[in-house]
Amino acid sequence: MHEYSLVEALIGRVEAEARKRGALAVHGLSVRVGELAGVDPELFQTAYDTFRAGTICAQAPLTLRRVPASWTCSRCRAPIPRGEVLRCAACGEPARLDEGSDALTLDAVDLEVP
Amino acid sequence: MCTTCGCGDTELVPVELHEKILAGNDRTARHNREHFLEAGVLALNLMGSPGAGKTAVLEATARAAAARGWRLGAVSADLATDNDAVRLQKAGIPSRAITTGQACHLDAELVHRSLHDLPWQQTDVFFIENVGNLVCPAIYDLGEAASVVVLSVTEGEDKPLKYPTMFLEADLVLISKCDLIPHLDFDMARLEDALARVMPTPRALKVSARTGEGMDAWVAWIAAKRLELGMVGRVAGLGAALQGPGRGAGR
Ligand SMILES: Nc1nc2c(ncn2[C@@H]2O[C@H](COP(=O)(O)OP(=O)(O)OP(=O)(O)O)[C@@H](O)[C@H]2O)c(=O)[nH]1
Ligand SMILES: [Mg+2]
Ligand SMILES: [Zn+2]
Ligand SMILES: [Zn+2]
Repeated sequence: MHEYSLVEALIGRVEAEARKRGALAVHGLSVRVGELAGVDPELFQTAYDTFRAGTICAQAPLTLRRVPASWTCSRCRAPIPRGEVLRCAACGEPARLDEGSDALTLDAVDLEVP
Repeated sequence: MCTTCGCGDTELVPVELHEKILAGNDRTARHNREHFLEAGVLALNLMGSPGAGKTAVLEATARAAAARGWRLGAVSADLATDNDAVRLQKAGIPSRAITTGQACHLDAELVHRSLHDLPWQQTDVFFIENVGNLVCPAIYDLGEAASVVVLSVTEGEDKPLKYPTMFLEADLVLISKCDLIPHLDFDMARLEDALARVMPTPRALKVSARTGEGMDAWVAWIAAKRLELGMVGRVAGLGAALQGPGRGAGR
């Protein structure tokens, strides 16, 4: 249930951005969740909806975008299907996780500014 | 203010951030990592299910390390008690409990604060025993040099497939309680296959805290890790044997 502490960090970050820009309100945020980010998207959404009341995010819907995990060979860049052994069948090199597959990223906030 | 006519209306601006939500934790973790590296201390983050044998492995490590003159230290995360820290202290490892309360994982800030009341600089290897949990601790960098997952043979060979994020970033998997294998339908090949599907370069060692099996290989892994990071030996067995001309070159 670390989703709750992640939401806390998220709202804290949005509050700091709003303060910095003198925003009056936040109208929405978008977050990207990689499949291997170790975050349950539904739980994250629930945690956000629980915690946002009484914060600057109270009226800001959260848009979650899920990114499927994918792997490629670290040498020949051939894709390695997830679930397979993480080694390239052609060159024997270990697979590399593609960017975003394990990331939890705050992409954007919509701020209402004077 | 509205820039078209100056009417005083507010404006909606999309602000692109593209920032990791755990960026704050990662900054503190980098800070911890610098502390450890400067002091020549190898910090290891020990994770695994509740009861996987994390504390038992450390107790056994204390026995193996005593013979080699290593100085160990530890912090042990616990939701409510300080049992593990007391056990480690008894085993001869200067230790503190980090009581996490509701939190199901350690974060870099908790570790940072705990360092203030331990002589961690006077250690060669410093263990951070995380909360028993295969999910939450996985995504929090604590500033460790390497992370180790303790997976006991009673948990089932499919655990890596069910909890891939935990294994993804692990530098080593300690397959613990191996003394129990004769009593179980445990299939090592199946576990190794599962690890190879979630870790690009899987590394695993079979250990038993009960019999001491595999402890030499584990201790050798620790010594090699210190050497790899250029932490060369105040004490015998921690790379001191390899000290001499050319050490540290090529890494
Ligand atoms: N047979 C056998 N039992 C073990 C071994 N290591 C640990 N155990 C038993 O497993 C149980 C849990 O061990 P701990 O060391 O407390 O496990 P832990 O991972 O530190 O547990 P938490 O910190 O509570 O998550 C205890 O009853 C130990 O006696 C082992 O190598 N062999
Ligand atoms: Mg323990
Ligand atoms: Zn959690
Ligand atoms: Zn390849």
